[in-house]
Amino acid sequence: MNIQVKDLYKNFGDFQAIKGVDFSIEEGKLVGLLGPSGGGKTSILRMLAGLEEPSSGQVILNGKVANGLTVQEREIGFVFQNYALFKHMTVFENVAYGLKVKKVDKARIKQRVEELLELMGLAQTINKYPHQLSGGQKQRVAFARALAPKPKLLLLDEPFAAIDAKVRKDLRLWLRNVISEFGITTIFVTHDQDEAIEVADELLIINSGKVEQQGTPWDIYHRPASRFVAEFLGNSNQLISPVTLKGFEILQKYQDGQEWKENSSVFIRPEWIEIRPLDVSYQKNAGETAEVTHVHFRGDAWYIELQLADLKLFTSLSINAPRYQVGDQVNLLIHKLSIFSDVGNEIAGNSLLNVSLSYHI
Amino acid sequence: MRKLLISATWFLFILIIIFPISFIVTGAFEEGWSGFIEALTRPEALHAMKISLYIVVVVTIFNVGLGILFSLELVRGNWLARWVKPVINAIIDLPFAVSPVIGGFMIILLYGPETVLGIFFASFGVDIVFALPGMILATMFVTFPFVVREVVPVLEEIGEDVEEASRTLGASKWRTFRQVTWPSIQWPVVYGAVLTIARSLGEFGAVLVVSGNIINQTQTVTTLVYQDADYFNVVGANSLALILCLISIVTLLVLDGLKRRQEVLRSEHSSEGSV
Repeated sequence: MNIQVKDLYKNFGDFQAIKGVDFSIEEGKLVGLLGPSGGGKTSILRMLAGLEEPSSGQVILNGKVANGLTVQEREIGFVFQNYALFKHMTVFENVAYGLKVKKVDKARIKQRVEELLELMGLAQTINKYPHQLSGGQKQRVAFARALAPKPKLLLLDEPFAAIDAKVRKDLRLWLRNVISEFGITTIFVTHDQDEAIEVADELLIINSGKVEQQGTPWDIYHRPASRFVAEFLGNSNQLISPVTLKGFEILQKYQDGQEWKENSSVFIRPEWIEIRPLDVSYQKNAGETAEVTHVHFRGDAWYIELQLADLKLFTSLSINAPRYQVGDQVNLLIHKLSIFSDVGNEIAGNSLLNVSLSYHI
Repeated sequence: MRKLLISATWFLFILIIIFPISFIVTGAFEEGWSGFIEALTRPEALHAMKISLYIVVVVTIFNVGLGILFSLELVRGNWLARWVKPVINAIIDLPFAVSPVIGGFMIILLYGPETVLGIFFASFGVDIVFALPGMILATMFVTFPFVVREVVPVLEEIGEDVEEASRTLGASKWRTFRQVTWPSIQWPVVYGAVLTIARSLGEFGAVLVVSGNIINQTQTVTTLVYQDADYFNVVGANSLALILCLISIVTLLVLDGLKRRQEVLRSEHSSEGSV
């Protein structure tokens, strides 16, 4: 299903939840609505479903304005945050519900439900009641129930929020596979960036009722369109007050005495920072001497904090890389930093690095 | 100290429960079994039982129906402004707070023979006050909170998303109510209905005011007991009182059973939430 949203607004009393949202989503895409809690993600999802009426603006599904259509007419599947299973019905009855409503004949219902439950790995639970299931199982039942009537659009509201961390990771990959198998257009809401990046083909970053940016996770991560996106997605070093950094004379443009100019901010991604031995020979002058102040084992990487003059920076280092100790002097090379300001956003490279590097971002 | 408290409790228990009940029993059988039967089968007693039965049946049906609709609108209705709901919530409890006698007077003042509404209904040949419709209205007023008070918290607890899930699966509003909402509220509704029955049967003040207590016309069992006692018809009053007493005890036992059942259902629900 193609989806287009035009100039969407939603007010709850005096509160403006959605303030002019435009986007379009192509058929077959798996799209994540990512943003902080209370930013309006769920409101957008509910308006797509028809569970909420927009205050103004249009929702266009497959080229037709859907504003007047009821929930029942939209042919969508919706998975609720807490699954909303019918607790007095068995797993079979839950999944069969939408098919019974459609008056599919009994034999077909039985076949389709069994097929779906088999696919979800729930064949054993067919006669159980929701309260006898684990969180992950309930989530899969909710998912099967939404998929059973063959919806054209699948909407998931925080699908993994109520599941413990370990199961969540497995479920994400599983969800991705199932969705690509069905080829169904899917939109899910999440506030968890790892989840969004791992699952989605495309992300819509939503903040205080507006779309900040739309794009692939890679694009958004590497070319954030706004300060908010840069701050929200991934961890960054934010330079709170102006500093002089070797190779980044450009920073002076954004400086106003002891402060950055109004609405200017500067971020350095941890992967833009390279730690090298003090006696490095390659492009030594592009780097500066810094001291390791903290080393922390993170399982798959080292988390390292450094002190560069007055500036505290953090980065991570592969566990296979040479180890550094607290107190070590190192040559710190900053490859780029991103600048957001009123006159425009840019990603500035280190001007002392003139040769293409083996290390690419 | 403990012994003293226990004996004080027993003393009170005997004084306010055992003693009156044994008094009723001895009073009812003062003239033997035949006197008891005779008291119950007097024409005015049979008529009063019929009126009481009418009131109980009609009021229970109306209050269950209206109570469910009212609860659904109160909890789910989004046309109600946010600040209105607490106000309505408080008004529902009004019959608990206001003396039933005042409720009865309210009906007389609104629907009495000299009022606009009274004249309006009289033009269709329907008398409200000093007739069955007024007694039903008065009893409805007194018992209205029971079903609503039972159903509202359950509706709030189950939340709207199961109903929304049903709608996203294509189900109509009616189907959603029947298959998704009703199974969750059926026991609270039955519980509220039983309370309504018990209270309708025992209601005295409001009914007395509205009915005028006309023998063989607007007399309920409860008001007949009052009249019998007034006329020193000890056997008559006690026999009917004993019957009401027995019905109350049965009702309380049914309530107890339902309450236990509801608690089991609730604990299942909450254990489900904590998984």
